[in-house]
This record gives sequence, C-alpha cells and structure tokens, in this order.
Amino acid sequence: MIRSIIKRICLILCLLAMAVLLGGCHGSKGLVAFELPKEFDESRTHEITFWAKNDTNMTQVGIYEKAIEDFEALYPNIKVNLRLYTDYGRIYNDVITNISTNTTPNVCITYPDHIATYMTGTNSVVQLDVLMADQAYGLGGSKVKFDSPTQAEIIPKFLGECMIDGRCYALPYMRSTEACYVNKTYVEALGYELPETLTWDFVWEVADAAAKKDEEGLYLLNGQKVMIPFIYKSTDNMMIQMLRQRGAGYSDADGNILIFNDTTRELLNTVAQHTAAGAFSTFKISSYPANFLNAGQCVFAIDSTAGATWMGCDAPLIDISEDLLAEFETVVMPIPQFDPEHPAMISQGPSVCLFNKEDPQEVLASWLFTQYLLTNDVQIAYASTEGYVPVTAKAQESDAYQDYLSREGEDNDLHYEVKIKASRLLLEHTEDTFVTPVFNGSASLRDAAGQMIEEVTKGVRRKKNVDDAFIDSLYQNVASLYRLDQSSGRSSSTVDSGALGPLPATAVLLLCGLAGTWVLMALYMACGWVKKKKKHSGK
Amino acid sequence: MKKIFAIVLALVAFAAFAVTGMAEGVMTYADYAAAEMDTEVVIETYVQAHQSWWDNKVTVYTQDQDGAYFLYELACSEEDAAKLVPGTKIKVTGYKGQWAGEVEVMDGTFEFVEGGDTFIAEALDVTELLGTEELINHQNKFVSFKGLTLEGVEYKNGEPGDDIYLTVSYNGQSYSFCVEVYLTGPDTDVYKAVAELQAGDVVNVEGFLYWYEGVNTHVTSIAKAE
Repeated sequence: MIRSIIKRICLILCLLAMAVLLGGCHGSKGLVAFELPKEFDESRTHEITFWAKNDTNMTQVGIYEKAIEDFEALYPNIKVNLRLYTDYGRIYNDVITNISTNTTPNVCITYPDHIATYMTGTNSVVQLDVLMADQAYGLGGSKVKFDSPTQAEIIPKFLGECMIDGRCYALPYMRSTEACYVNKTYVEALGYELPETLTWDFVWEVADAAAKKDEEGLYLLNGQKVMIPFIYKSTDNMMIQMLRQRGAGYSDADGNILIFNDTTRELLNTVAQHTAAGAFSTFKISSYPANFLNAGQCVFAIDSTAGATWMGCDAPLIDISEDLLAEFETVVMPIPQFDPEHPAMISQGPSVCLFNKEDPQEVLASWLFTQYLLTNDVQIAYASTEGYVPVTAKAQESDAYQDYLSREGEDNDLHYEVKIKASRLLLEHTEDTFVTPVFNGSASLRDAAGQMIEEVTKGVRRKKNVDDAFIDSLYQNVASLYRLDQSSGRSSSTVDSGALGPLPATAVLLLCGLAGTWVLMALYMACGWVKKKKKHSGK
Repeated sequence: MKKIFAIVLALVAFAAFAVTGMAEGVMTYADYAAAEMDTEVVIETYVQAHQSWWDNKVTVYTQDQDGAYFLYELACSEEDAAKLVPGTKIKVTGYKGQWAGEVEVMDGTFEFVEGGDTFIAEALDVTELLGTEELINHQNKFVSFKGLTLEGVEYKNGEPGDDIYLTVSYNGQSYSFCVEVYLTGPDTDVYKAVAELQAGDVVNVEGFLYWYEGVNTHVTSIAKAE
C-alpha cells in the first residue's frame, strides 16, 4: 500500500517536473524570425520607440526631434517616441536588461560589438538583408514615401561594418574616426616642425621635451604647474590602433583572443616609459583632452573627430572658464602612425539596429523610420554638428554638403574650421579605416585593451615597478576580469554570461526542472531496484 | 628592558587609538590632504550619500569631523551598496587622484567598520567663500549657499531625465552647479523642485561641494529664499 502511494507520488512529481520543463522551453523560445509583410498597413497606428545617443549636444537632439516630426508628417500612422542617452554603455546595459522581458526599443543607436551580444536573444535583432533588398519597402524602394538612399549609395566600407557572420544587422548612421588635435604653436616653440604624417616616435619625442620643468617645478613650455603633453581620450582605441598598425594580434573573426602578445607588452612598456617622463596621461586618469588643450596644458590631444567642436581656443563648445583659455594654433591630423606609408585608423560612430517584435507591421514601421535617418536632410544636418561624415555617397556628394565643407572657417559655429577639418580627415582617409572583428565578447575585449593602458599608466604614476612581472600579472588580471580566459573561438551565437549578467528566472527554473527530473528518475529507478531486490530475497 | 619598551609602545598605540578612534595605519583628514597625488591612502570616514550602484561600483560622498572625501567608483556589491546609508562608518583603501580639479579616492575598496559610531554632517554655509581661494579647502563637504540668483536651468538632454545644469550667481559672478541624476534622480524632491523654479529666482541651495574645472556643487536641495 505504502509502496503504491510512493509510486504515485513519484509519478505525479515526474509529471509536474515535465510540465515545468515544457513551460520553461516555451518561455525560452524567443521571437519568431521577422517576415516582411507584403503591404505596410497604414490603416493602423504603430507606436515605436527610438533609443538615440547624442554627444551632450543639443543641436543633435534638435535634429532627432525634427527628423521624427518630418517622418511622422509623411507617415501619420507611425508615432516615434524618442529616448535620449549620452553614453553608449548605458544604452547597451539597458538593452540587455530589456531583451529578457521583450521590452527592447524598436530602433536603437548602437555599435556592432553590442549587437553581437544582443543577438544571443533568439531572433531579437532583425536581420536586414531582406528588408534592404525589398523592391517596395527596401532601400530606395518604390513604396517608400521619401528619397531613401539605395543600398549602392551607402558607403560600402561603412555598411560592411554592420555585417556579422555575413549578414547585415544594422545600418550605419554616422561615422567618425580619431584625430590628433595639435597645439602647433607649442610644437614649434619646442623647435620642431610638424611632419606631413605624425609618427609615434615624433609624438613621444616632442611630448618628452614638453614635460621639462624649471627649478620651481613650473613647465618650461607654458610656465604653468600643469602640463600633460600627450593625452588620449579612448585608450581602447589607442591599443587597438597601435596593434593594427604594427600588424600584431588583437582578435580574429572567430573570436580568438590574441591580444596578450609580445607587441602589446612592448607597447605597454613604451607607454610606461613616457608616463614616467611626465609626457602622457589619459582621460580616465586626468580629464577631457579638450580642457587641457584649450588651457595650453597639452600639445597632442587625441579624441574622436566627433569631439572636434570642443577642440581649440575658438571652439564653439568649451568647458573651462574664459580666463584659462590659451591662444594657440590648432592643427587637425590623423593619429600617429608606425608606418606613414600605410596609415591605419579606427572607424567608429553610431549604427542603427532594429529589434524584432511580434507584430511584423511594427517592425516594418521601424524599418521605414530607420531608412529615414539615412536621408540627405538628416545625414547632412547631423554630420554638421560634429566632425562626423554622412554614411551615404548621396549625402556626401550633395550640393548642400559640399557647400558646407567649402565654407570651412567662415565662422566659429556651424563652419568651425577644426570641426570641418576633422570631417575632411575621415573623408580623405575612409579607405584607411578599419574595425575590429565582431563577436559575442568583443565589447569586453575592447574594454580590456584600454584597461591595460590605464593600469600601466596608473602603475607608473603610483610608483609601481612596471616590468615584465607587472605586465604578466596585468595580462592575467585583465583576462580574468573581462572573462577572456574562459573560452576562445566564441562565435556570435554563443552566450557570454558575463556580458548578459545573471541567468533569467525562466532559465534557472528550466535548469532546476532538469535537475529535478533526473533526481526523480533516479529515485524511481532506486525504488524499482529495492522492490526487485525484496522480491528476490523473498524467494 | 626590551619587554618594557614593547609594553610602552603597545600602550602608546592603544592610547592613540582610544583618543582618535582610528585603527592603526588609518590616515587623519590632515594626512590625507597632505598626501601626494597617486599615493595609496587609507581612511575611515562616514557615508553622507552615494550615487546609484552600477556594474559592481558605487560613487560615495563621505565626510568626517575634519573634512570630506569623494570616493569615485568604489568597488562594491549591490548588496553592500544598499547598506551604505548616511552615517555609516567605512574604512577605505585606494589612491588619491585628481580629475578635472576634483580630488578623489580612485580604485578604492572598502569594509564596514564593525561597531563604528555614526556621523552625519550639518551643512556648512560657504556662501561668502564663493569666488575666493578658500572655497576649495572645503571640497566635497556638505555645504549650503544662501541667496543665490538662479540665472538658468538646462537639462542635459533638453528634457527631464538626465543631469540638470544650474547657473547661479552671487555678487555678480556666475557659477555652474549640477543636479547629478545618479545622485538625485527624477523622482527626488530636488529634481522636481528645479522644474518649478525660474530664472531670476533667489534660492537657497544645499549640496556636496564637487569640483569640475571649478566649483560644481552637486545639489541635493534647492528652494526659493524667503
């Protein structure tokens, strides 16, 4: 009798476990892949959200708002809600949080590195190849109500940056690179002449010379207590570009981590050497490069071309008080090179991805808005706010954009010389730009690359002995911190739990269910074995 | 003789601890202020407020009877961040740094001081120090300003949700203050109070004396002066 009851309880528990399991499976199914509807339903209202990033620049905010207003006038049945960010990292974090609850935005400014992580959600990011090519609603499509660029009109290099595993998951929105903003007045005061192309050797040599002090501890070059001859905003870019220029390993397309190599060690030693000479610091350690440059406390400031409106003593945006501004000539140059004959510089800037939804009409509405962001009016207006360049040849070659470029230096606002020179830098060097391979975990690797420079710089400042043992330990710590040591060769479809945070509740439930089922199965087998044994012993 | 010397030393150390209430190796505020940049610092201090926890880090405003500290991105679990309530005594080890004029503890770790006393600072009125070189001596303290004229309010993104930049003036000189969204978000009284103010209003302000290329108080309360 008791045995029969136990047997029934086991059976019921098994069934319950299976139910939980199936429920878990259902919950983890994700979204069905997007299928393009034949017609866009204009009889229904579609409300979509657009998470955008601006560079703490209200003109950019105004351009987003105007783009939405103009788009809604063309499509009165689409309502676009704008949510603004000033930090890509926050967008990334918020998107990841929202993927598990299916509350992602419809359209989102992003970086391909981030998309690789977003793609760990099943069909969460819309693959754009079919949409782009559609005759009716694709790029330049017949049923699109505005002058949309064709796929051929998007700068191929920029579109290529949005490809993951051979498929397109985003459209480029704006592109920038890094520039070296040089205080030419100081370079010449030190007895140097700027070369046609900056080299790392030249920059380090001049920076070391600029770090010399008098007996009272004031810098000879500016007579001030503060001087950071060479300051770098994004040390992740610094490491990535130096490695690329040296032809050294960083990562490969399969997601293998190659950064912990001898060239990296050599570069870190160079950074340490010049930090010790007082020639180098970083944004994270000291502050914005523009503030030091504009105060006459810096010779070489490397920052994005999208930060050009802050650079130079006549800059339209300035963060230091007027009495601290120094008078000097600002020159905009490509970042330093190891091989001037073959320059290499990073391509960066926002792209736009679409998140999948249950209603394909909603996705189509999002797609139409995304295309609208590539129209000439939006592209030229936004690119002109900073040292960005438009991502379409259609906009770059337009009379309006050419007129804008030709008016370089006419004023210190829209036609601010440094800003337009920064844009020209990228226009002239588009073919010299590169991006790093995208895979799930590539965002962490990028952080790690910058962290190594930060740690070495801090180490020297903190009087630590930055030697081989320090770098060995740094490699270990960084690999562990950014989880680069856990696996290699991760494709974009694998899960980076570090990037995604703790497992969702459904997944935990699913795993518990699995474990529970195994326990119950074992229990059931054990009961059967005991029963059998008793029968045998009863013989 | 050696034994006597050791006992005397131990007694001195105990007496010092009893008088200052500080563990061995912990700096006084004066020690901290005198320490060179980029040196390791160890302090015991009292939490006054903190910004929102994120990515296993939290930025904390602390103060003791002698001075104040800004602990930038202190390593901290979310669970511990919840325990960093005003008044709590913590022991912090980190490096002294300076970012855009703000002297802070960087790369810090901390532990709660078991059985420690509590301290919550009264706002120090520094109105008359505005525009003087003495103001920076009170950096990071909880302070108040009386009778400032609000010249402008600017939302970082043009609309509520992010930082709010306030331009205030006193004795004909303008200063930039900030309602830091990670300290006092849109749901807080101060964030809402700013929305009710207009340029030209005379206001009283409380906040932490943060620095960004000059004084840039992180405002925690603001009200029209009566």
